[in-house]
Amino acid sequence: MSDAKIRVTNLTKKFGDLLVLDNISFHVKQGDFVCVVGPTGCGKTTFLNLLTRLYTPTSGDLFIDGSPADPQKHNISFAFQEPSAMPWLTVRQNLEFGLKVKKQPRSVIDERVNRILTLLGLEEFKDAYPHQLSVSAEQRIIIGRAFSTYPDLLLMDEPYGQMDIKMRFYLEDEVLKLWKEFGSTVLFITHNIEEAVYLAENILILTNKPATIKESIPVSLPRPRDVTSPDFIELRRYVTDQIKWW
Amino acid sequence: MEQGNRVRVSINNLSKTFYSNAGEAINVVNGISFDVYNNEFLVILGPGRCGKTILLNMITGLQKPDSGEVSIDGRVVTGVAPEMGMVFQKLGLMPWLTIMENVEFGPKMRGVSKKERREKAAHFLDLVGLTGFENHYPYQLSGGMKQRVGIARAYANDAQILVMDEPFGQLDAQTRYNMQMEIVSIAEKERRTIIFVTNNIEEAIKVGDRIILFTKCPAQVKEIYPILMPKPRDEISREFLNIRSEISDNTDLAL
Repeated sequence: MSDAKIRVTNLTKKFGDLLVLDNISFHVKQGDFVCVVGPTGCGKTTFLNLLTRLYTPTSGDLFIDGSPADPQKHNISFAFQEPSAMPWLTVRQNLEFGLKVKKQPRSVIDERVNRILTLLGLEEFKDAYPHQLSVSAEQRIIIGRAFSTYPDLLLMDEPYGQMDIKMRFYLEDEVLKLWKEFGSTVLFITHNIEEAVYLAENILILTNKPATIKESIPVSLPRPRDVTSPDFIELRRYVTDQIKWW
Repeated sequence: MEQGNRVRVSINNLSKTFYSNAGEAINVVNGISFDVYNNEFLVILGPGRCGKTILLNMITGLQKPDSGEVSIDGRVVTGVAPEMGMVFQKLGLMPWLTIMENVEFGPKMRGVSKKERREKAAHFLDLVGLTGFENHYPYQLSGGMKQRVGIARAYANDAQILVMDEPFGQLDAQTRYNMQMEIVSIAEKERRTIIFVTNNIEEAIKVGDRIILFTKCPAQVKEIYPILMPKPRDEISREFLNIRSEISDNTDLAL
């Protein structure tokens, strides 16, 4: 597939005799927003950890632009459920961190960090430390930091976990804004079907352990999406029925 | 309500102010009044740090209000009322006791005979789906299971009014969904008066007969929503989504 930005082939992971991921293959095109959903304990996080290269797969591989993914060569960003801003750095320094690691020139760093601060409306907090912020503000910085390197692949593991809907909708709109502005390719793991249908261009449904891909669903609803529209509700119900963890 | 709206708990004009070391007054609860009806599932919904826990502490008698009073069945209560039982977010299970011993602790302290309290504890452990775990210790259970022990313990102590302070706040999302369904079915099987505190709008609509929405600090009653949908409730139904946006629009966004 020529337009595949990310290609995952026959990804399999065993812990001892326990088969967690079974032969998963898929591809993601440039600029896609893919949400991954699945029953509880199905191996979503293992799946993500393989893609971040934190775990080594038992077999199979991950390719970015046709070559094996390599953190030295590709920009792979993460945002996890637990806030992970570095407590000894200010908001601005947290946003600069990835760009510095990637040895970007000062001018690029300043330009990009300022742009993110403006987009997120966080200018007034730029010199604050994480502990001075609310959990949601800290999470917004992590999301901003994840986008700052123009990642080839941005992996997000339930970043809005248990936030209440008002905050969730606000942050979801914010992540869409960043995604559009930066044209990043995003893989977003969530347990929340409404969130998946709201955000995704494509939804990947995993089966119970060992996880395989049950279905891949393109979401063509126009944006901004109305969570109370009949089409939205129908799709949400369909995906929910495919998972049914209760 | 089939109980003819008999008022079980009446909260009348409660206020509480704290003073910082610098002598600055911080008004946390400001003139709150509402009634709790017999056997209803009442939800107190408010943003984080809005003063919910202080309010709850005054209702349960753990903290003294500056002004106002709480009455149960028309009788003004000062201090901790025996009719009330509590389920906490942080559980408070005793780690050195088995699950059975934790659940029968209250009745034991009240001098209930061993046979009777065992039977009662077994009944409520069964109700929350923990039969078979009587001889386990808390550390051997998952978060959701521990919270079930907390619920069984409050029921087994014959509390007629159950106060639950964000009981599912520390559970992972999927366990939380399950526990919401579970608490609804437990409350239907064993009718008690429940005051349930949460900051999660969806959870409130899932479980509540009525929802009292609070403002941000100092806590005041903003609006009361009776929720008439039959339980268990379908969170994807139009009715559910409508109530959710109505309440959400009326809630302060704390960025």
